[in-house]
This record gives sequence, C-alpha cells and structure tokens, in this order.
Amino acid sequence: MNILIFVLLSLLKVAVVTVIFLMAVAYTVLLERKLVGRIQNRWGPSRVGPFGLLQPLADGLKLFLKEDLMPTAVFRPLFILAPIIALSCSLISIGVIPFGENIHWHGVDMFQIADVNVGLLVILGVTSIGVYGIALSGWSSNNKYSLLGSLRSTAQMISYELALGLSVIGVVLRAGSLRLRDIVNIQNTHGILSWNIFGGIQIVAFFIYLTAAFAETNRTPFDLPEAESELTAGYHTEYSSMKFAMFFMAEYANMITVGCVATLLFLGGWSSPFGNLLPAFGGVVVQALLPVFWFVAKVFCFLFLYVWVRGTLPRFRYDQLMGFGWKFLLPIAIVNVMATSLVLAFHG
Amino acid sequence: MNLAIFILFGLLCLGGALNLLLQRHPINSALSLIVVMSSLSVLYLLLGAEFLAVAQIIVYSGAIMVLFVFVIMLLNAGEEERTHGSRAAYLAGVPGVLALFTVLASTFFTLRTSFGNARLGAFVATTSDLSRVLFRNLLLPFEVTSILILVAILGAVVLARKEH
Repeated sequence: MNILIFVLLSLLKVAVVTVIFLMAVAYTVLLERKLVGRIQNRWGPSRVGPFGLLQPLADGLKLFLKEDLMPTAVFRPLFILAPIIALSCSLISIGVIPFGENIHWHGVDMFQIADVNVGLLVILGVTSIGVYGIALSGWSSNNKYSLLGSLRSTAQMISYELALGLSVIGVVLRAGSLRLRDIVNIQNTHGILSWNIFGGIQIVAFFIYLTAAFAETNRTPFDLPEAESELTAGYHTEYSSMKFAMFFMAEYANMITVGCVATLLFLGGWSSPFGNLLPAFGGVVVQALLPVFWFVAKVFCFLFLYVWVRGTLPRFRYDQLMGFGWKFLLPIAIVNVMATSLVLAFHG
Repeated sequence: MNLAIFILFGLLCLGGALNLLLQRHPINSALSLIVVMSSLSVLYLLLGAEFLAVAQIIVYSGAIMVLFVFVIMLLNAGEEERTHGSRAAYLAGVPGVLALFTVLASTFFTLRTSFGNARLGAFVATTSDLSRVLFRNLLLPFEVTSILILVAILGAVVLARKEH
C-alpha cells in the first residue's frame, strides 16, 4: 500500500511540475510580448481575454492547426528528430531543480522531482546535449541560411559553455558539493547577506554566468543564430507548425531553466531575502509554500531581465561575440576560480 | 531491475557501435557514436560512478561529438561509396580481431578476482572520494596528463596558424 501511495504521489508530482512548467513557458512568451510592447511604446497582445491573458492558448491552438510542411529536399529522420531533441533536453533539466524546502510527505520529496548528487552537472550535461537539436536542424534542412544559423549557434554554444562551466566552479567550491540542495543550504543563514552573489563574493561569477547564459539560450544580444536581417530565421527557417513550436518552446523553457539555475547558485534559491528577520507566520502549509514563492519571484526577476535586455540591446557582430567569449569572459572566469580557491584555502 | 537496464543499454551500445560501422553517411555514423557514448554513461551510472557518468555525457557526447558533427556539417561530407575492401584485410583482419578478443577475454576472466568487485546499482564512491583519489594518490599522473593535453592544444594551434 505504501509503495502504491509513493508511486501515485510521484507520478502526480511529475505531472503537476510538467504542466506548471509548460504553462510558465507559454506565459513567458506573453510576458515577453507584453513587456517588449511597452518598451516600444505600444500595448502588446490585448484582444484575446482580459489583458490578452488568453493569447498563449490562442497561439498554441493556431500552431496546432497549421499545416505541417515537409520540404522535399530535407533529410527526413534528422529533420523530425531535431526539434524533439531540442524540446526534450530543455524539459529534462527541470527534473533535478529543487524549488522549495526539503519536505517529505509519504516519503515523496514535495518540491523536487529527483534529488541527484551531481545535479548541477546533470543540468550542464543536458544543456550540452541540447546543442544537437539546433545543429542537426540546420544541417538536415538542406538550406544555406539554416546551415549558417546552426553552425553559428553550435560554435557559439560550445564557446560560451566553457565560460558558463567555469563560472559555477566558485559556487561549487564554496558549497563543497554538486548537489543543488547543498548549494542552496549554505546560502540561507542570514538572508540576502549570505547569498553567493553578495556574501560569497561571487558577483563576478554571477555576471559571467549571466552573459554566458544569454549566449547559451541564443537570446539577444547573442541571437546571431536567428538574426532575421541576415539569415531569414536561422536554423528553424524550414520548420512549420508544431515542429517550429517545439523549437520555440525549447528556447523559452531553456530561459526558465537558466533562470532557475542562476537563482539556485547565486540568489539563495528558495531562501527568503530577509532571513530570520521575517517572523514565521501562518500555518505549516504557508511556511512550506513561502519558499516556493520566493523561488518563483526570483526566477520571474530573471525572466524580466531577459526581456528587458532584449528590448534595449542591439545584436553583437559575430567576431565580437567570439572575441568576447574567448578573450574576455574565459580569462575572467579562470581568475575568479583561482581567487575563490585561494580565499577558501586560506580562510575556509 | 539493474540487470535489465544493464542488458538494455549494453545492447544499445553494441547496436550503436555496429551501426557506426555499417552506416554510409558520416553524420549517421557520428550520431551512432553519440548513442554509444551515452549508453556507456548509463553503464557507468549503474556501477555507481555518478560523476564519471555525467562527465562522460558532458565531455564525450556533449563536447567532442558536437565538434565531430560540426566538422561533418562544415565540410558537408557526402555519402561514402561501398567498396569490397582488400583481400589482405579480410584474411588478416578477421582472425586478428578474433585472436585479440580471445586474448582479452581470457585475460579478464583469469584476472577477475584481482580487479575487485563492483555490484550493479551499488553507489559506493561519491564525487569527493573520487577527487580525493585523483588529487592525492594520483596527483602526478593527473598533472602529467593535463600537460599532455596542453601540448596537443599547442600543436593544433601551430598547425592551424597561417604562415605570414
């Protein structure tokens, strides 16, 4: 009986997290359209539902009903496989992300799908596999714009993966663990003061992570793979209907994942910014849900930043992009790793 | 359960390796190699080497194979032509491979007690255990390996540099 409850609760948890994640993806698109609209002095979507809130549903329905075109010259197996790789890799990462305190109910961890000892590495690994989605889509499309877009994207993601990986080493050194819950647990003693970005003096690492994450998710100012003025639409030029929607969802899901990881590593995860200053109010349920609120609020700020940057910054030139990644971010990340290890060796 | 997963991914690994040899298009071969690498990482995970499993994914499936695929895409390599191969290769190769396989198998079988035993699904060594061994007992070989890799990088830079 116990094992049955465990399995049912686990399945329910996975289903709930997946549905919330997909809804979050849909509404991130709306958030972006609304905010970019306001930045450009227009309203954004406002017709479907109150304040345009039903716009994501209408978009989803439209993409479902579109004709699924299959160009004649494409390499079919990979053309179909590529969006599946992109979307599934971006959805898997949410499985190891903790979004609340370690509370167990009937033996089920309520606020995390899988507590993996090497959780941080799993996220990096899944991200590195996600490159194939973009690389193969461009190649299998048999279109020179697609190929150029995917070559750019692959080169960009490989280059910035190094800086991204090196920027999180300082955090791992401080926590002494690759488990995401351990990394958060060392940051929740004195509220905002013990977050890695301030108390851990990982502010440099945070900005390296931020920049590299923008590049990894192919977002402005690093959105050269789909630079519409030169490449029509980059790697997804030939895609239509749900296959295009899968790339679109993968991009936004990656944004959310990157925001979650930044929150966990640098912004104290689900811990409250006020630490113990805030008295414990409400019952057990409120106290269990409050950390989730803080976590979601921090991720929301990160997504807001994403849209803000998209609305304000122009695109890099390709050589600037590569030069910035290899000649600026990477050396700084290495210096940061060395400085953090020296400080920890003498004071830790 | 563990044995079932082992057999499944072992077969996947072998299937990927065979497909790598049989496919005529380089990109299909490269993708089969990714399947081989990834199923190897599942086998590592079954033996409890969690760090090694994820490192296998990040380094081999994620970085090295991306570069392979990148180069194939960049050169736009076409399909290979099927040849009958040389007679010498058939005459010497097949018995050679069989002999090598027999020697390796018998060596592993006779030395199996001195290898120690790792059971499927037994998580014994954590990442910190692994790093302790790597950075204390095996520090010198580890650093020498990194110098070797540095030399390889410098060699690549020298070869790729344009003559002025």
